[in-house]
Amino acid sequence: MAQTTLAKALNNGLRAAMERDPKVIVMGEDVGKLGGVYRVTDGLQKDFGEQRVLDTPLAESGIIGTAIGLAIRGFRPVCEIQFDGFVFPGFDQIVSQLAKLHYRSQGKITVPVVVRIPFGGGIGAVEHHSESPESYFAHAAGLKVVACSNPADAYWMIQQAIACDDPVIFFEPKRRYWEKGEVDPDAEPPPLFASRVVRQGSRLTVATYGPMLKTCLAAATAAEADGHDLEVIDLRTLSPLDLDPVLESVRRTGHLVLVSEAPSESSITSEIAARVQQEAFYSLEAPVLRVTGFDAPYPPSKCEEDYLPDLDRVLDAVDRSLDW
Amino acid sequence: MSVPQDWTPPTAGVQESRPSREHVVAGLKATDEGDPELVQLLTPEGERVSDPRFDSYATDLDADALRDLYRDLVLVRRFDREGNALQRQGQLGIWVPLLGQEAAQIGAGRALQPQDMAFPSYREHGVAWARGIDPTELLGIFRGTDHGSWDPKETRFHLYTIVIGNQVLNAAGYAMGQKFEGKVGDGPDSEATICFFGDGATSQGDVHEGFVWAAVYDAPVVFYCQNNQWAISEPTERQSRIPLYKRATGYGFPGIRVDGNDVLACLAVTRWALEECRSGNGPVLIEAFTYRMDAHTTSDDPSRYRLADELELWKLKDPIERVRVNLVREHHVGQEFFDEVQAESDELAARFREFCVNMPQPAPDRMFSQVYAEPSPVLEAQRAAYLDYHASFEGV
Repeated sequence: MAQTTLAKALNNGLRAAMERDPKVIVMGEDVGKLGGVYRVTDGLQKDFGEQRVLDTPLAESGIIGTAIGLAIRGFRPVCEIQFDGFVFPGFDQIVSQLAKLHYRSQGKITVPVVVRIPFGGGIGAVEHHSESPESYFAHAAGLKVVACSNPADAYWMIQQAIACDDPVIFFEPKRRYWEKGEVDPDAEPPPLFASRVVRQGSRLTVATYGPMLKTCLAAATAAEADGHDLEVIDLRTLSPLDLDPVLESVRRTGHLVLVSEAPSESSITSEIAARVQQEAFYSLEAPVLRVTGFDAPYPPSKCEEDYLPDLDRVLDAVDRSLDW
Repeated sequence: MSVPQDWTPPTAGVQESRPSREHVVAGLKATDEGDPELVQLLTPEGERVSDPRFDSYATDLDADALRDLYRDLVLVRRFDREGNALQRQGQLGIWVPLLGQEAAQIGAGRALQPQDMAFPSYREHGVAWARGIDPTELLGIFRGTDHGSWDPKETRFHLYTIVIGNQVLNAAGYAMGQKFEGKVGDGPDSEATICFFGDGATSQGDVHEGFVWAAVYDAPVVFYCQNNQWAISEPTERQSRIPLYKRATGYGFPGIRVDGNDVLACLAVTRWALEECRSGNGPVLIEAFTYRMDAHTTSDDPSRYRLADELELWKLKDPIERVRVNLVREHHVGQEFFDEVQAESDELAARFREFCVNMPQPAPDRMFSQVYAEPSPVLEAQRAAYLDYHASFEGV
């Protein structure tokens, strides 16, 4: 089977969704002629026309706000926010309108808008291009938040997000855009809002999402050499969280390490830690440990290797948990 | 690179062109009757006047049509006053009065065709009325039992938007959709969108972006700004240096100022603007020049920031009185008609009140309802846990 990059898998997924449903439109800055700064929408405007792939004016509130109007009209807009740090001008429309219209109208209005956001660091970029803002959106009732980590998930999850009648904030691990993997278009995909055990193990559970999955799998391989058999879970859905596989795993291993690039304070990982201690208190043999970015603004890129969780920091947390 | 000899720094000219405060205010408030920049078809004294640009959009507005408009205006004002009273009596948490803006809203609302879509802010009770929404359906928002109970698809009237200016982008997007679906043109099924906002909202980034989007996508949307002179305590000169309708020029579409207290002018100009949009010449900006006769909301106290004299001046331009005078003088309508409308308005107010005081308290389950189209297991678990907790008090 052909190997596909994560960016190309997203492109194929978008194409499949657009072929299936004429109401699916793509909109954002540079998504048309250029095909997006990461080429995720490459070739779509050529094939579907300027009315279905819109190079929009350069304003994020405008992108989200007009997408909401289009969704009210019956379209299924897929918005691209060019970089994580640029979503905030659109934040008001996302949390005030997009998240609340279904509730406000008691279900009379659905706003099936997907907001795609390349997120995370590790690409040596300037400020505002390497952030992990997922917790802001997970905190907003009415939104669903997912993060893909590999090409096969990217292909299926983008299509499932577009088919979902709720607004979905779709995080793409930008430093993994060029990673290749197998994508079987005939496979039966798992549900969108489900986390998944990607590596089975018995000694300690590692739960992560997005760009950190690869890091955690590498850590699991390294730990194996030390005789530690790690189970690795890809959370995939950040809101609603699907913690059943995590809880099931923790009840077997007694140890949980959470890994994310985002700052730790009031984050996805703090939410999981709170819920796991509530649901699996007597199974835990050590406190839930977290390996995350720091509670400082994202640093200048020459420092980002220190900021971002890496294999050694994950292994250090594994050792601390097991030695507790 | 050499600098041309005759080059002079442009700053001097810029400095000179900056208007004085008096100049700004004079431009913002240029309301003199007969001002060529203010479209008017019915003077405050009730005299029907001609405007060659818009007369053709008002030819059908005969005595019967005028009676209907009068009825609209009176009924809308009546339930608006009842809303204020209900708040004062503790039956509503808040009311947002439209007093003084009846003509601006009925004129625009009655210009709409059934297939057109409207996006209100939160003061558009008159437009809601024109869209066929029963006034009682507005009460839940202000009593705190819902966030808007009407069906926006069926009524083609979006839910009230409280965040200032958000709806302008939503309306621009909706209008883009109308265009993408081929609903713009000369056909009988052509559509337009109208979006309501106030003078304060014109400072919002979303309004600017809405203007940009609508312009570059040729969206069939009428931007209908009710300039009621006050954004809570801030006068229009805190929002703009030039008259608001003139901003449209900068975006590349027409802007026009209409006497917002003249229901005929508002109706005619909005008909024109919607037609422009339906036929592909959108967008259009209308500034309906009016006045907020009451407070911003029942929580506000205008005596802290504006003079009573101003209110007295605007009372002379009342939107309803001029229609009544015209009906009497030019159409010889008798007192019987006015008594009938008065009686109908009292009945409406009584029904409005009766409905309000009998609105049921929503069950606690309500707060978990319809957060998502596809339920969230996390929220469903919270719902079940809370309802169990709540039920544990039964019989205690």
